[in-house]
Amino acid sequence: MAYDKFNKIISSAVPLQIENVDTDQIIPARFLKAVERKGFGDNLFRDWRYEKNGSAKEGFPLNNKNYSGKILVGAKNFGSGSSREHAAWAIYDYGFRVVVSSFFADIFKGNALNNGLLPVVVTPDFLQKIFDAIETDANAIFEVDLEKQKFTISSTGESIDFEINPYKKHCLQNGLDDIDYLVDLKNEIAAFEVA
Amino acid sequence: MTAKTLFDKIWDAHVVKQVEDGPNVLYIDRHFIHEVTSPVAFLGLKNRGLPVFRPDKTTATPDHNVPTINQHLSVKDELSRHQLEMLKTNCTEHGIVHHDLGSEGHGIVHIIGPEMGLTQPGMDIVCGDSHTSTHGAFGAIAFGIGTSEVEMVLASQCIMQPKPKKMKITVNGKIGKGVSAKDIALYIISKISASGGTGYFIEYAGSAITGLSMEGRMTLCNLSIESGARGGMIAPDETTFEYIKGREFAPKGADWDKALATWKELKTDSDAVFDTELTYDAADIEPMITYGTNPGMGIGVSQNIPTTEGMGGSDKTTFEKSLQYMGFAAGDSIKGKTVDYVFLGSCTNGRIEDFREFAAFVKGKEKAPNITAWLVPGSKQVENQIREEGLIPILEEAGFELRQPGCSACLAMNDDKIPTGKYSVSTSNRNFEGRQGPGARTLLASPLTAAAAAVTGVISDPREMM
Repeated sequence: MAYDKFNKIISSAVPLQIENVDTDQIIPARFLKAVERKGFGDNLFRDWRYEKNGSAKEGFPLNNKNYSGKILVGAKNFGSGSSREHAAWAIYDYGFRVVVSSFFADIFKGNALNNGLLPVVVTPDFLQKIFDAIETDANAIFEVDLEKQKFTISSTGESIDFEINPYKKHCLQNGLDDIDYLVDLKNEIAAFEVA
Repeated sequence: MTAKTLFDKIWDAHVVKQVEDGPNVLYIDRHFIHEVTSPVAFLGLKNRGLPVFRPDKTTATPDHNVPTINQHLSVKDELSRHQLEMLKTNCTEHGIVHHDLGSEGHGIVHIIGPEMGLTQPGMDIVCGDSHTSTHGAFGAIAFGIGTSEVEMVLASQCIMQPKPKKMKITVNGKIGKGVSAKDIALYIISKISASGGTGYFIEYAGSAITGLSMEGRMTLCNLSIESGARGGMIAPDETTFEYIKGREFAPKGADWDKALATWKELKTDSDAVFDTELTYDAADIEPMITYGTNPGMGIGVSQNIPTTEGMGGSDKTTFEKSLQYMGFAAGDSIKGKTVDYVFLGSCTNGRIEDFREFAAFVKGKEKAPNITAWLVPGSKQVENQIREEGLIPILEEAGFELRQPGCSACLAMNDDKIPTGKYSVSTSNRNFEGRQGPGARTLLASPLTAAAAAVTGVISDPREMM
């Protein structure tokens, strides 16, 4: 799926200090009925974000006007549960390009990487520093440098290196996906089948 | 030669190529698709002008949002109907076998695959659904994938995956009366937490595991993902071979003998090394039930809800948030809590054995008046078997009726939604907030514990009634 090339993001962040945010919270199953990949951002965190009558729930970070930006900061075990790629689509469609956590569920992490959404794993201590920085200043700026694999809290200058598979990094930087790669490999795949 | 685990053997045999500094290109033997996670993948193919590379290796059935009553009528919900139509159109266009709603082959993907003999030892199997781990019960590598990966399989019969770490979980001994595979699974997840298996692929072993039927093994492997593990598997044995033999797509004649010889070799070498090994005693496992909002929050049905003693920081906040949602107090007994709904079904517990157990338990008893019960077979074949085995009169006399196959209230994409604030004892796999409907409160349990709640109207210990 085509997505924007990822290089460097300098942005404020939205804090979501809740553990075990599962994909049913990110996008509830009843919103998975679309047959195209668009509009999922409207229902991102639907049941935490809106009352049943559709009015915004006060206190939920996405409804807090003080918070904005391209970075979503989650807590431990973000994205657990189902394999629905709609979760990654919803976060991307809403406008986020980076999700930070101390721990991601496997399938979510893979789905994010396949859709131009960068999952950044930091230590629990550093994660707390990020939350603290946002608490001190809701407009605190963070820098995510994919080339250097570095996440920096601009106000304090503290930074942390993050890991990413070199192949996936190359894909993100160039807006590539795996399908082109695999389709080019067809002869090798066909040879594997008869081997 | 280096000693290998069962997982290594199957994985390594499917690697087409190792990308430099990258993932493995993994060849996929069997691909299942359903209506919810496939349409965007087909759209992707269309936009790229690509055909389906190996249509004979993909099998389709709609399950997630089908109604479970009046399946002969047109599906009322417009969006659901559109997804079902898209699945059919896409399959027809690309020559993919499609078991449509109402047909004899219809059912939940993870139920029909094994039923038809499509799931076999040594295979690697994927589907755009996290409970694909179910198929690991046959000594296969099976795991859920995202829609981009569904598109990859359709386009190339391959996906790109880093190789996970390996975990061995041994359960020794014999499980007690009233304890089932579901309880073993919920017990393990309560020990390692809902994220303890993340990054791993599990192999289950030990006498309590090999003593399970194929249905039980599927339930256990199904729930591997609820610990965060991508999948779980069990080495194939006589129980496995016996189950597969004679099924529609099982090898026949000389092919069977050849396959059997290969399958018998599928086991972990005695000196192979796992990244993590855990061992449990079956005698410690009682019927389990969850009290919170992730599958790791489970306790024995005779125990009390934990207190926050010793918890700190975000653990405590998360725990308290969870109990608040459930309307429970820390330290309370779970037994005796009022129940409103009972759901028997899903890819976790929608197989014939689950219905046999439920029916045997409620036989001669009566559904409690405060309970709404939804009994949803996992497939048309399970439904037929329930009828043939004479379970319908037993269920009906006890006040229960059977619905039609589908995922149903497990994720409430159809009309089978638990109302806000209501308590549901569910044999499904997830107790997340709103999973069974906005505001619904889910308690995961085995078919027996669900049956006990159905006849008493409250959380009950099935062992006291057997």
